Amino acid sequence: MNAPHDKPIILVADDDEDFLTQLRMQLEAAGYLPQTAQTLDDARRIFDSQTIDLAIIDLMMEQQDGGFTLCYFLRKHDPHVPIILVSAVASETGLRFDAATDEERSWVKADVFLAKPIRFEQLHAEIQRLTGPYSRRVTWS
Amino acid sequence: MKTLRVMVIDDEPGTRLGISRALHDFRPRLDEVTEQIDYTVTEAESGESAIDRMRDDPPDILLVDYRLPGISGLEVIEQIRQRKLDALAIMITAYGSLDTAVAATSHGAYDFLAKPFTPDDLKRVIGQATVRLLLARQAEQLAEERRRARARLIRVLGHELKAPLAAVEGYLRMIRQRQAGNDLPAYDAMLDRSLIRLDGMRTLITDLLDMTRLEAGRRDRVLRQVDVASLARKAIDTVMPQAAARRIAIRLHATDPTTMLADPVEIEIMLNNLLSNAVKYNRDDGNVLVTIDGDEDRLCIAVADTGIGIADRDLPGLFGEFTRIRNEQTCGILGSGLGLSIVERLAGGYGGSALVHSEPNVGSTFTVALKRDCSATDGSWTSSTGSSSQPI
Repeated sequence: MNAPHDKPIILVADDDEDFLTQLRMQLEAAGYLPQTAQTLDDARRIFDSQTIDLAIIDLMMEQQDGGFTLCYFLRKHDPHVPIILVSAVASETGLRFDAATDEERSWVKADVFLAKPIRFEQLHAEIQRLTGPYSRRVTWS
Repeated sequence: MKTLRVMVIDDEPGTRLGISRALHDFRPRLDEVTEQIDYTVTEAESGESAIDRMRDDPPDILLVDYRLPGISGLEVIEQIRQRKLDALAIMITAYGSLDTAVAATSHGAYDFLAKPFTPDDLKRVIGQATVRLLLARQAEQLAEERRRARARLIRVLGHELKAPLAAVEGYLRMIRQRQAGNDLPAYDAMLDRSLIRLDGMRTLITDLLDMTRLEAGRRDRVLRQVDVASLARKAIDTVMPQAAARRIAIRLHATDPTTMLADPVEIEIMLNNLLSNAVKYNRDDGNVLVTIDGDEDRLCIAVADTGIGIADRDLPGLFGEFTRIRNEQTCGILGSGLGLSIVERLAGGYGGSALVHSEPNVGSTFTVALKRDCSATDGSWTSSTGSSSQPI
């Protein structure tokens, strides 16, 4: 974990190049250090080589459930990293994307789900909540 | 071998036995059905016991006597209709009057059999009912497949169109909010990306329209003698800008005769899709070779590239709808995922199929072998599931 005065390092993983470009610019403007990855391998290279403070992961990157796979490996690597899963498919597949209960969260191993298109204000609020000084630290086993 | 269950509902044991015996070894020869059929016969003495047994042991064909103790044969048939059972009912009647027949069919009976009947009479009626039943089930299965494919189409459409929409919207907002300050080249980059994404949306929509038109069967298919080599030259011209931008060379090697009976638009769609892939998945300074040859019966088109190739594990299902191979090498490549399924469908209309041979990091060759004269066949489409459906 970086020292509190450092800019939080945020991993953003999505196969959509423009989503990455736009989110990178917005996160930089908001005072974060984004690290972007367009493939699962790139994402793993990033969190293997540096400590990240939060991850934003697209559910369907690379395969149907690429995002879940990435969550799993990230949790194995560092159980403390907060994860925000984003997806465009919630309404079509009928997946309920409010992981309010601990049980749902533990199955899917993400802290928050957000539906695309993302409102940056909402994302920013979640990032602050998850990385701030009073954020809950839950260890996933 | 497919076994159909026949239930005989008659209070006369003699009749039940006779029917059982007659159908015991009956293997009908049916033109319309390819499977071998045989039958198992169950018996019931009354309508009530039949309805009871139907719940746990649903039959495919029922032979119901008009006169039963308790509820009548018509009642039983009516029950079958109401419960929407997937079965055909044949009414047995000793009084072969027109009234009875009409009553039976209005209650949902498929046919009737007048007593006294011979084993041959019985077999004929059962054979006809078998054909009717199996064809109806086949049609329902096709309809169900089509429904599922359509649902999937809508789901994927939603997803695949939302992403570029969100990208373009995002860039427009950033430009509006002057997020890059006075850095004009940065805004140009956003506008360029927006145009690329919009182009991707247009391709997807066009491909989807092509697909739905193909599924509905092309009423206005115009077959005439076409020169595939000249269509290939046209297709190469179309893709030249993209190829030239990456210094990819395209060559055509055609062996006469290069003519066939075809709808030129369909051949063009096939060529455009194959060439577009050959360029998109190629390396810079790479090559594409289009070969047209064949024999008396068939014309073969092969499009070979020196591109990133396809791994063995990605080959099955490659021609499926919306299949796109996503890996590190392909992540920047845009496409609808429909190109190859369109090619396969179109090739099917010429009694042909699409094949691929590929080696990762060396290249891929896609081949279609088309009948030069498809009017000799019935020109039916082959769907992606391999079953045939007639054009409307």
